[in-house]
Amino acid sequence: MTEKHHAAHHGKKKVAGDKEWEPKIVGFLCNWCSYAGADLCGVSRFQYPTNIRLVRVMCSTRVSPHLVLDVFGAGADGILIGGCHLNDCHYMTGNFHTEKRVNLMERLLRVAGIDEARLRLEWVSASEGEKFSKVVKEFTEEMQKLGPSKVCTDDMVKAKVAAADDASETFRLKALVGKEFNLLTKGNAYGDKLDPEKLTGIIDAATEDEFERALILELARIRPMSVKQLGKVMDIPTDRILRHIVLLRQNSEIAMDHPEGFTPVYKTITIGGEQ
Amino acid sequence: MPENTSTEKEKPRIGVFICHCGSNIGGFVDVKAVTEYASTLPDVAYATDNLYTCAEDGLNNIKETIKEHNLDRIIVASCTPRTHAPLFQRTCEAAGVNKYMFTFVNLREHCSWVHMKEKEKATQKAKDLVRMGVARARFLEPQEETRVDVTPTALVVGGGVSGMTAALSLANMGFPVHLVEKDKELGGFVRSLHALMMTTKSANETIRPLIDKVNAHKNITQHLSSHVASVEGFIGNYDVSIGGDGAEPKEVKVGTIIVATGAVPLVPDGLFGYKEHPGIITSSEFEELCNKKELPRLKSVAFIQCAGARGQKVSYCSRICCNVAIKSAIHIAENRDNILGVTEEKAAEAGEAVEEPAAEKKAEEEGSERRRRRRGRGRQAEDGAGEEGAAPSSGVEVTVFNRDVMAYGVENELEFNKAREKRVKFVRYGPDNLPKVSVKDGKLEVGYFHETLKMERTMPVDMVILSTPLVAQPDAATLSQLLKVPLGQDGFFQEAHVKLRPVDFATDGVYVCGACRGPADIAESVSQAAGAASRASIPLANGFVQAEALTSVVDETKCTGCGTCVEVCPYSALRKNDEGISEVIAAACKGCGCCGATCPEGAITMTHYTDQQLLAEAKAALEEV
Ligand SMILES: Cc1cc2nc3c(=O)[nH]c(=O)nc-3n(C[C@H](O)[C@H](O)[C@H](O)COP(=O)(O)OP(=O)(O)OC[C@H]3O[C@@H](n4cnc5c(N)ncnc54)[C@H](O)[C@@H]3O)c2cc1C
Ligand code: SF4
Ligand code: SF4
Repeated sequence: MTEKHHAAHHGKKKVAGDKEWEPKIVGFLCNWCSYAGADLCGVSRFQYPTNIRLVRVMCSTRVSPHLVLDVFGAGADGILIGGCHLNDCHYMTGNFHTEKRVNLMERLLRVAGIDEARLRLEWVSASEGEKFSKVVKEFTEEMQKLGPSKVCTDDMVKAKVAAADDASETFRLKALVGKEFNLLTKGNAYGDKLDPEKLTGIIDAATEDEFERALILELARIRPMSVKQLGKVMDIPTDRILRHIVLLRQNSEIAMDHPEGFTPVYKTITIGGEQ
Repeated sequence: MPENTSTEKEKPRIGVFICHCGSNIGGFVDVKAVTEYASTLPDVAYATDNLYTCAEDGLNNIKETIKEHNLDRIIVASCTPRTHAPLFQRTCEAAGVNKYMFTFVNLREHCSWVHMKEKEKATQKAKDLVRMGVARARFLEPQEETRVDVTPTALVVGGGVSGMTAALSLANMGFPVHLVEKDKELGGFVRSLHALMMTTKSANETIRPLIDKVNAHKNITQHLSSHVASVEGFIGNYDVSIGGDGAEPKEVKVGTIIVATGAVPLVPDGLFGYKEHPGIITSSEFEELCNKKELPRLKSVAFIQCAGARGQKVSYCSRICCNVAIKSAIHIAENRDNILGVTEEKAAEAGEAVEEPAAEKKAEEEGSERRRRRRGRGRQAEDGAGEEGAAPSSGVEVTVFNRDVMAYGVENELEFNKAREKRVKFVRYGPDNLPKVSVKDGKLEVGYFHETLKMERTMPVDMVILSTPLVAQPDAATLSQLLKVPLGQDGFFQEAHVKLRPVDFATDGVYVCGACRGPADIAESVSQAAGAASRASIPLANGFVQAEALTSVVDETKCTGCGTCVEVCPYSALRKNDEGISEVIAAACKGCGCCGATCPEGAITMTHYTDQQLLAEAKAALEEV
């Protein structure tokens, strides 16, 4: 045990299979239920593994995909989001939106090649202290089994998670997911409720599109790449890449760069010089 | 010398106070080591440990240190912010540090108490938690809390016993009240009742004085045959438009709003033969018949409890119906106020009219007689005669078919006993064996499964009274949308917290009482109304409300006016301004962050919970040390 501790202190870069490795888990808990549940867990002295670090937010609805994906990008092995049970949200409908947002996060993790089990949404009430300890125990064990996140060791995974993060911030995905709950429960401006399956289909397609575009930008930022190269690295047909490139060029997000021979390469540009 | 409060671009000066909490933290975490570590973190100007940070000397220590070391942000690493944040925030403010420059690190509930057997790991975690706190603290900014004035006038919607009680309470405190009632008279459902439980006063005698007081009160403006047409604004500042029958809408300004719109009894269409025979009525119709003195001659009456409730048309138990049935059963059994219309002379006639009772009934009666004697209950009171105020025993057989009797509380239990003493029979039925009401040769009978005898029986009766549950007002959804307050799954208004905030809505400034928040009897409605009035009076009496500076902020240069945030805000705290750009009503915003996580343009920042602060805190957890 002392050894393990020692290793952590010296900040050795850890790889999968390394005995010393311990999962790093971040928990975002809502103030009113889950955080209070974690408090009660403490008051009742239910023990759980030390791996988790908790961050308090007022409502689980605050946890945007960007927060989660950015923290995954920084190397978290697992992220727990804790909220009140549905219909018990302190802010009434907050956690219904959380559910929708978590769906999007899972979609994005999937396309980024991160096991979606690394993200866990749990409803823990202020009176469920024991449940909280069980959830943390279980989740930590699961992360132990999954091993370290590849973000720190695999540059492609890192780029994909960054792309997923960028995709989550696009207008289309944010607007769709922001409106999802209301569209399904209250209907659109004309009072028509949407067919959930149809909406899921629309969001799935949009997620894939936005992710691919974000990944192109991410990769072409690191070094200029041709359509063919992008298609190969991203493992998708070149006509799809081309379609994305056309759109990205229209939006002045990408530019053609030093054509090598006959093959043009593309490079991500930043408007206003902002990095 | 720089001011403590000024933080402009100066390097932050963070003070960290790490608490042993006696041995609660100190026993399981090496607090000294954590303190030492804390002092090495960026921007930490001072770090110390205390035995009890929340004790007088601990707090004084914080204040003195702020002055001495010129600290501009404070971290206390101890118990939980849910109980102790306000105390430390006040301490900071007393020493001139804005309360939003305070950060709480939870080392007790989230560390020492949950890792009691692994001191080394717990100490490492404690260091990480403090590092996360420091990372967050570096990005904090002082905030000012919004203070808005409150119009010292209230609006009460619904003029039943709840609404009238609430209006009177507020009016007696000196606040002007607008009372909106959709009916042309005040009084609500109680006006249609005959007798009331646990009192010898009739419903009318009970409600009349209340109506008179409301009529006489100079602070109460009544709006009868009216409804709330529109509501704009937020706590302290509502612009309400009250629509009347064809009349021009009246505009009033109010500071707080109480919802007291009551409930209605379920119409049991399709259940227990309702409407198939004039003798099958609901308990409310029974009250009306009593009032109109139109009860037919009765020899045998059956009540059927939970008619439409508990899994039939609605899922819940309506709470009051058992007590209402007990009340009516006693009144029938006592022939109180001569409700059966059997006057002295008529009684003689009636006596003649009593032919041989059905054999079934006779057997029943004997059976129950025997049982009563066995239980030693056959006392004088049962003779009916000699009871004060009661007409001679009606001689009517009263049976209450029930799933179980919800005579909750001491008084109701006593009434239940009294009913049994009056020979009212309580016969249980199971949810899979509902009593069957049928009409045979124009006569009513109730078929039921005798749970003890385990056999089907039938009972001829003259009247079947269906105890139907109270259900939500059909137009509750309209009001709920106008006020932006929620309805529960059964359509009743839903309070902020079933135990801790029973008469508040989650939205500040709107309160609820009486049967509109779920079935309640008069006494319960009155206590809730008094509670709601008291809650509603607090902002009115203060004259202002101060909102925590945990709100959303819209960057108007980024907002495109898409309106998504307006749609998702559960408190209507966002609206579009004249330019079509979203703006926040700080006093109404609760800081949940939903709009912030939603805005497709990234135009919304959450004060005190910015992305920058949260990400700094979360990512600090991942650092290798
Ligand atoms: C058959 C029966 C017998 C009962 N017997 C007893 C008894 O013996 N003892 C007892 O304590 N309780 C009894 N109760 C319960 C009692 O009726 C309720 O406790 C009481 O009516 C609740 O008062 P309230 O003011 O909350 O609602 P209500 O009496 O329903 O009053 C609500 C008022 O709001 C008005 N309103 C509704 N919607 C709007 C709107 N949108 N805008 C403006 N105004 C609106 C309505 O017109 C009504 O005047 C009985 C109930 C029933 C059904
Ligand atoms: S969601 Fe964002 S862009 Fe849309 S109206 Fe609100 S603040 Fe403006
Ligand atoms: S933070 Fe919550 S309450 Fe405030 S405006 Fe946004 S959605 Fe509404």
